[in-house]
Order: sequence, then C-alpha cells, then structure tokens
Amino acid sequence: MKRYVLSLLVENNSGVLSRIAGLFARRCFNIDSLTVGTTEDETLSRMTIVVIGDEQILEQIKKQLNKLIEVIKVIELTPNESISRELVFIKVKADNSTRSNIIEISNIFRANIVDVAHDSLILELTGGPDKIGAFMKLMEPFGVLEFIRSGATGLQRGSTVLNETK
Amino acid sequence: MAMMTGSQMVVECLKQNKVETIFGFQGGAVIPLFDALYDEKETFKIIRPAHEQGAVHAADGYARTTGKTGVCIVTSGPGATNTVTGIANAYMDSVPLVVITGQVASVLLGKDSFQEIDITGITMPITKYNILIKDITQLTRALTRAFRIASAGRPGPVLVDITKDVLMKKDRFISYFEEPLLVCESTIEDEHAKKLAGLINTSLRPVIYAGGGVKISGAQKDLVNLAEKNGIPVVNTLMGLGTIPRDHMLSLGMVGMHGFREANFAVTNCDLVIAIGARFSDRVVGKKDRFAPNAKIIHLDIDETEIDKNMPAHYSNVCDVKKSIDSIMRYVDENKRQDWYAQIQNWKVEDRITPDMFVAKNIIGEINHKFEQSDNIVVTDVGQHQMWTAQYWNFNGRTDFVTSGGLGTMGYGLGASYGSKIGNPDRNVILFVGDGGFRMSCQELVTIAKYKIPVMIVLMNNSTLGMVRQWQHLFSNRRYMETDIDEDVDYIKLAGAYGIKAEKVQDMDSLKSFLNGFEEISEPMLLECKINKDDMVLPIVPPGEAIDEQIIDLY
Repeated sequence: MKRYVLSLLVENNSGVLSRIAGLFARRCFNIDSLTVGTTEDETLSRMTIVVIGDEQILEQIKKQLNKLIEVIKVIELTPNESISRELVFIKVKADNSTRSNIIEISNIFRANIVDVAHDSLILELTGGPDKIGAFMKLMEPFGVLEFIRSGATGLQRGSTVLNETK
Repeated sequence: MAMMTGSQMVVECLKQNKVETIFGFQGGAVIPLFDALYDEKETFKIIRPAHEQGAVHAADGYARTTGKTGVCIVTSGPGATNTVTGIANAYMDSVPLVVITGQVASVLLGKDSFQEIDITGITMPITKYNILIKDITQLTRALTRAFRIASAGRPGPVLVDITKDVLMKKDRFISYFEEPLLVCESTIEDEHAKKLAGLINTSLRPVIYAGGGVKISGAQKDLVNLAEKNGIPVVNTLMGLGTIPRDHMLSLGMVGMHGFREANFAVTNCDLVIAIGARFSDRVVGKKDRFAPNAKIIHLDIDETEIDKNMPAHYSNVCDVKKSIDSIMRYVDENKRQDWYAQIQNWKVEDRITPDMFVAKNIIGEINHKFEQSDNIVVTDVGQHQMWTAQYWNFNGRTDFVTSGGLGTMGYGLGASYGSKIGNPDRNVILFVGDGGFRMSCQELVTIAKYKIPVMIVLMNNSTLGMVRQWQHLFSNRRYMETDIDEDVDYIKLAGAYGIKAEKVQDMDSLKSFLNGFEEISEPMLLECKINKDDMVLPIVPPGEAIDEQIIDLY
C-alpha cells in the first residue's frame, strides 16, 4: 500500500463533494485526506485527495473520478514533479519549565506560535508528511492536548496548469 | 426571446430532443408540468402507470428496444423514491433514461416539507448524473445536458429534480440545443488494431465473449462478421444474447453460472478471450483465478473504468466497440479452426428432457416455434424463467432480448414489456414472468388493460420463488425457508378483473391448442403455465466455483 496524491479540477456545484466522497465509500477506496477550495475560475473548485492503495486501485480511482460528469481533470501529484503541503495546529501543554523547550523545537521546524495560555501553546506548522510526523513526535512528551491537520494540498511544479483552457 | 414558464421550457426541451412518449405519474409538485403538457396532447403520448416503478421499467424497456432515451415524469417525495429501483436497474444495464422529478418549492427545501425528499442525494450512486434545479436560468441547459449525458458513451439514467417554483416561474427561454454534443472521441489506432488482430491470428483456441455493449453499439453484424472470418466461437453474457443468432454454428449461447457446458468449457480451455462490450460480471467469471486460466485477455469497451476492474486485461482498447471490431477485422486472417470447433462440440451434453414433458424448455420452445417467423421482443422478469428463456429461446437476428441483468430486479418484466410494445407497435412482445415477480408488479396489468397494449404474458407459475428454492435445495440442505408462495392467488380471475383474456395450461397439448387459437397477439393476454416447483435451471455453477465445475444433471 502506498500513498498517492491526486489533484482534481471539478465543477463548483453543491453536491460535487458528496458525489466524490460517495464514490470513494461505495467503491471501497480509502481517502487519507481531502481538501477543497476555490480557484482562479469561480465556476471551478480544486481538490487534493490523498489516497492509500496500490497501483491497480489508483488506476481504478482515477478512471472512476474521470467518469463523473463534474470532474474536469484528474492528475497524480508525484513527489518529484509537484509540491504538496499540509497545515497543522497542535495544542501542547506548556508550563514555565517546558515552554522554552517547546519554543526552541518550534523554531527549528519554523512552526509559529499562534496562541499562548498559562498552561498551553498552540503551534502552527506547514510541511509534508515527514516533517509534520517528526514534529508531532517531538511534541508528544510535552503532552499534546489536541491537534488538527488540514490534509494535504498541492500543485504541479513549473508552468503547467491543470485547467488547460487557461 | 420568448417568455415561458419553467414547465413550458421543460416541454420545449422534450420537443427539441424528439421525445414522443412520456411515462409519467401526476403529483403535487408536477401539477404545473402536467398542466403544460395539457396543451401538447398531440405531441406526446403519455402513459400513466399504476406505480412510478412501473413507469421507469416501462421507459427502460422502451429505451432498450427503440434506441431512444426513455423519459419519465414523476412528483417529489414518494413519487421520486418509487423510481429508485427502476433507475438503479437502468444504471446497472446501461439504459439511457431522463427522469424528471418535481421538487417542493425552493423556499421549502431543507425543511422536511411535505413530500420533500433529497432525491439527488438518494440517486447519486445510481445515475450517470443528476442535478437539482432551483434557479430557472439553469433549467434548459440542465435538461439539454441531461439528454446528452444519458445517451453519450456508455448510456445510463440521468435525473433532473426541478422545484415547483421553477416550474411555475416565467423567464426567457434560452436554447442550448445547438451546443456541441458530448461524444466519445476515443478511437482505435491502426497499429493497435493490427497488433490485436495479430493476437487473434496466432491464437489456437480463441473465444469471443460478447456483452450488451455490442447491442448498444449496434455492432451485431460486425461481431458475426469477425467471428465468421476467423472461425471464432462466441459466448454471450445475459445482456449480449441476440447479438449473434443462436442457431449460428459459432454461437455457444450464454456463459457463466447457467451457461451450457460447451460454452463454459470453451472459455476455460481457450487461449484468447476477446471480450467485447462486457464487464466480467461475477455471474460470468465464477472463481476468478480459474476463469480462462491459460488465456490472454483482450478487452474492448467504451467505458474505461471497466478495463482491469473485475478482470485484468492483457490488451485493451477504449472506444465504441463497433469501431474496434471493424478496425481489428481488417487485419484478421480467414480461418476455420475446425479442430477447435470439433473439440467444443464434443463438450456438449444432452439433457433428459423429452418433448412431451411440460417443462420450461418445451414451453419456451413451443412459443418460440409459433413466433419463429416474426419480429419479436422477448422480455423477462427475474429468476428461473429468465434463465430458462436465456438458455432456450432461439434468439435470431430479429429478436430483442429485454431483461434485468445487473440488478436482477423482480417485478421488472411487466413494466418493461408494455414499454417495449409502445415503442414497437409492429413487433410481438412476449413476456416471461415468474409468479413471484408477477405478484410484485401485477398492478401494472391496469396499464396494459387501459391502453390496450397487446403483450403476451407467459406466467411460469411454479408456486414458489424458484431460483432461491433451487439454491436452498442444492446448497442449504433443502431447508425451504420463505420460498413457497403456494397457490393462494387465482391469476386467471386476477387478469379477468382487469379485463385481460387469460388461460391456464398444464400440459403440452393444451399449450399447443392455446397457441393455435390465435394468429397474432392483437390484444393483451395472459397464459399461465403451471409447472413443477422442483424444476431447476441446469446446468448451474455453484457460487464461488470455477465455471467448468458445473452441476449438469441431478438424477
């Protein structure tokens, strides 16, 4: 099983998200994460879907997505030819004895401190799965109260664009 | 540009798309739409079923036998949910339908209003596309698109849900009809066709496995030409029956769970499977790793998702299968393959049915004999009678076979039969239906009676849910749980209640005299054939077994 990142251009209608989510559920494909947002063209949305599977499953997913009327284009974002990042907020326990330690590690990872309370910190970090994984691991001993991950989002490198009509 | 109500726009779009027949049922949310149809009684033939499910099955039968898109109009809420089975059935068998559902007014949406249901949500997985229209400026584009999507590429049902305020509001009519069509632009490269033909030429024991896609593509003749040119035997899926005449020497009939021995053995022992417009359904494949284990697979289909979905293909091409066949044919050598043919003939086994026995094979054979010279549409419901018809009807080039394949919908047949007849007034429509499926749909007798639709209903009454009972007999130690439905309905009287001529026969002689009693099917009629509940569909491949591991005969 491998991790694949797909980038989709879809029509910006209500129902598209549920249609795509429904397709994954119905065909027993696993979604690791899904992000969706507006694009330079207001009639279109862009989705980044991270899927876990093998080569054969990936092929089926791509074909099934392409078959949906609202899906305009599907491409795979390969690690070499694309960039993808994820945003995470981590709420960590912090008191006078641990706070500076946490800040030091955060600086190394270029994480931002976005909230400070007398017994906790919220850290904001952007990165790929390895960087986020490593940071989370380092935060664990301090006591992670909760966290939220945005799911990966990405683009192809270079001047190629998904919306070829542009 | 003309001002029109939303309802008038719907009517205008139907006209643009050359719709002649509408299967529809009234209801609160579509009163304005039917009101607009009031002025178009000359333009459309409107058939009102007993139940919305019947409307969709009828539109499905109509679409399968005319090649046109079937159209249904129903109301919101229960009207819409009643179409669900019919839509799912059409989706599984790739039948083009446009189902128009009324919806509550847009201000009432999302408030659990009276007869409000999220039908686009419900039908999302069973439509090619669906859309809720709550803005009149989107209406005509959505409808035009609906018709294009339903029939383009691999056909399927499309649902358009329209709020009542949109149906009543006035706006300028903007036509999208002239916009370019959605077409399947893929094709087959000449080099690729040459390569596939090369595989066929060098194979020793090829088999063509032809499905419903051949019919949809209109490639029946091309299929037969290809088979004849290279001496390739053809097995059919249930949906593909009729694509090669059954009495053609290269036709082996249906393959899979109820395929004849020679058909299944040919597939198991072949060295090349040429799958055309078929999708390697579990009912065909059986145990996957023993399906054509020594063969290379060429898969030709218009739908890319079918390639490598159920069975990995060594070679494939995605485009209209007629194009694929025609291109490949140019590079295929002439061949007879007499040894392969002889080997297949050797796998045939005779059953023990004698001509005097009142069993499905003889009943179907006798009815088939009566209509041998005419242009027929054979419709079935689902179950044993369906498999018997698939096995024993002598599908010639002029016979259309209308059956619920993918979904296996009991109750499909009666609706589909009158829908087929309405689309084909000059052809005979013969419906085979079991007593189980007939009970699920017999309210549609009223539609057949009201519109005087001359279909011949052959009710194969064995007083049980025969297919399930057969499984209980074979695989559940004869524990007949909830399958026997007894003889508590007098079907002759039931037909009589609707004014439909009916007769019950219990032996071959009375069957023959019934059939001799009329020339043409000029009025609706019901023929009840009382058969034995222990009769089985044979051969049968036990579920999960390889298709050459058949139970051929029990005695």
